[in-house]
Amino acid sequence: MSESKTSETETADLETFRNETRAWLEANCPPEMRKPAISDADVFWGGRNAKFSSEPQRIWFERMRDKGWTVPDWPKEYGGGRLSAAEHKVLRAEMGRIGARPPLSSFGIWMLGPALLKYGNDAQKKEHLPKIAAGEIRWCQGYSEPNAGSDLASLQTRAESDGDDFIITGQKIWTSYANYADWIFCLVRTDPAAKKHDGISFILFDMTSKGVSTKPILLISGYSPFCETFFDGVRVPKSHVVGTVNRGWDVAKYLLQHERAMISGMGERGVGRPLGQIAADSVGTDTLGRLDDAMLRGKIASFDVDEAALAACAERAVDLAKAGQAHPAFSSAMKYYGTELNKRRYEILMSAGGVDALEWESERSRHGARPRAWLRTKANSIEGGTTEVMLGIVAKRILDLPGA
Amino acid sequence: MALVLTEEQSMLRDSARGLISDKAPVSHLRHLRDSKDPIGFSREFWHSFAEMGFAGLLVPEEFGGSGLGYVEAGVVMEEIGRTLMPSPFLATSVVAASALNRGGNAAQKSEYLPKIASGSLLATLAVDEGAKHRPLQTSLQAVRAGNGFKLSGAKALVVDGHVADLVIVAARTAGSAGERDGLTLFLVNPKAKGVAIERTIMVDAHNAARIELANVEVNADSVLGEVDQGAALLDGVLDIGRGAVAAEMVGLSEEVFNRTVEYLKNRKQFGKLIGEFQALQHRAAELYVDIEITRAATMKALQALDADVTKAASSIAVAKARAGTTATRAVQEGVQMHGGMGMTDQFDIGFFMKRARVCEELFGDANYHTEQLARARGY
Repeated sequence: MSESKTSETETADLETFRNETRAWLEANCPPEMRKPAISDADVFWGGRNAKFSSEPQRIWFERMRDKGWTVPDWPKEYGGGRLSAAEHKVLRAEMGRIGARPPLSSFGIWMLGPALLKYGNDAQKKEHLPKIAAGEIRWCQGYSEPNAGSDLASLQTRAESDGDDFIITGQKIWTSYANYADWIFCLVRTDPAAKKHDGISFILFDMTSKGVSTKPILLISGYSPFCETFFDGVRVPKSHVVGTVNRGWDVAKYLLQHERAMISGMGERGVGRPLGQIAADSVGTDTLGRLDDAMLRGKIASFDVDEAALAACAERAVDLAKAGQAHPAFSSAMKYYGTELNKRRYEILMSAGGVDALEWESERSRHGARPRAWLRTKANSIEGGTTEVMLGIVAKRILDLPGA
Repeated sequence: MALVLTEEQSMLRDSARGLISDKAPVSHLRHLRDSKDPIGFSREFWHSFAEMGFAGLLVPEEFGGSGLGYVEAGVVMEEIGRTLMPSPFLATSVVAASALNRGGNAAQKSEYLPKIASGSLLATLAVDEGAKHRPLQTSLQAVRAGNGFKLSGAKALVVDGHVADLVIVAARTAGSAGERDGLTLFLVNPKAKGVAIERTIMVDAHNAARIELANVEVNADSVLGEVDQGAALLDGVLDIGRGAVAAEMVGLSEEVFNRTVEYLKNRKQFGKLIGEFQALQHRAAELYVDIEITRAATMKALQALDADVTKAASSIAVAKARAGTTATRAVQEGVQMHGGMGMTDQFDIGFFMKRARVCEELFGDANYHTEQLARARGY
């Protein structure tokens, strides 16, 4: 009986929190920030050289930062909002309700932060987490190498011991926004003699360090979100290793789970007008007011079913994690499905757009926004672990199939 | 509301699973089929089910039930799906109980709900008339006659129609097929003059009937809900049934999947366990993800029903559509991956395939519900 009483109290508290949050968001989220981000300029990434693309963007970011809501579930001492799991869910729901944009997009929040909270020492947490929360430092991820893609653990960038420092030499590839990043979290080989998973360390360093250079890679979309990143004898203090030297693979795997969860959530789920109505704008409607392409309409409806179902699964994955019932490899399942779904979304958008979706340079087409986004999605099922690698992880770690 | 079972719901699942897997494994269905059982389910088991409080799970406590919600009903349906147990639970305890509870007046509720809760009354809903589920196409006619109505027409896929003590019939009191207005639900005694019931032995060896009504006289007290305005009540009741069937399909899919993965870990060919082949690993992994996503969507839909039945339509459409495609994929892969064994009657996997096919048609298939979502979203 006392248990149900407790849960009643919690429910009442949560309702109070919901009402307060709703009122606060109403009062503090500028109307301009309640529309979906369309271009990269609409996204605020923070960092030393960050510029706000508009005044509402600045106001929204600063208000959320001051409330600790750039990282709502982090501890207060690191700039977080110290929300419980249930409160965090309420905040997300309330932001979703008014279509509020995330105030800050950041690999520090999505990827490094969770890894530091779990594996970082006190000094590292105090140094880095508050700057992530406040958007002061923009991070990039040094994982893939030219010969270490799906087989990431075969990476060769080496870190040689020199007194209190490591000297880092090698090359990374597909480093997202390395040319804009202030710091990098990087996998390096600290023991070349050990088995491939056992000689890797996870290390942090400043991208302005001597010997670091970056070169953007032009993609089929015409954009360059990724770089090649070169390290030529970069000197990094050993105190910058997160976790134990040569145990970096544990940190890397943990972080990848967060990365996969992040990528699977990147699709524009439930934002704005229904996909079928967007399609009807260009395709037209029949006498009953239905999208005048029965096959496309069917594909869109099937997509909508799967998208809504995936949203429920993403919600459940969070709830399972909070309840301690989640399988640690489940983010691979979500990553696989979420990225394949986003590719489907853009195939539909291209089909719906017809000729209009083929223009690459005109103002009318916002410089080919749609075909470029379509092409960009093709990387979704490659980056952060390919679909095939994800299915292999599910087969091995969740289904326990032999020899996988 | 978190999308995980509460402690109480987990306990309910454990007790349902214990009882069903012990007393009604798949061999129970096989025995009923092979012995050409005259009713196709076990009344004895239904009574022990009722004694444990399952028959009245959705019936309010004031009428002798447990007063639980749709998530709990789904928990039981999922366990039923694992062993394919033929049971009046869906038609009587979920669909008919909901129809009476949501649409019934005080007299109707106190007459029928306690009997449902005690397991002594079997009831069902008769909606479908054509080959496919199209509730608004209802054309069974109810014409006013004296103080009541006369019903004429035919119904198909009436679950448990051959044993029901009470049939809730969707009829047209006004308008024409396809219109929302003019639908009315009636409580019909299947022993009344003019009612002809033919038990239909189905592919899945579960229970259904075709019912014909020829000038069946019912009095005004037999109307459930409001005359001509039955569509809203019917929508809600059907959505409850759809949520329950989706949960059954989740249980069915997961069971067939578990059996298939076990087979991949034991069957050897080319000197290897076939589960070592990447072609099968990836298909198994895709199916696993499909089932997990469908489970979440179904749970979401059942929670939506508990929150407000009248606002759950889109969630239900998503869940039933997903459950249909997922179960279809699960049973097809199940048979294929079991190879020749999967084609034999001796092996259980075929029972799952057959039941999945019936569940898919029941209360609208994946195409129907995908179409409903498209309409709801205005394209």
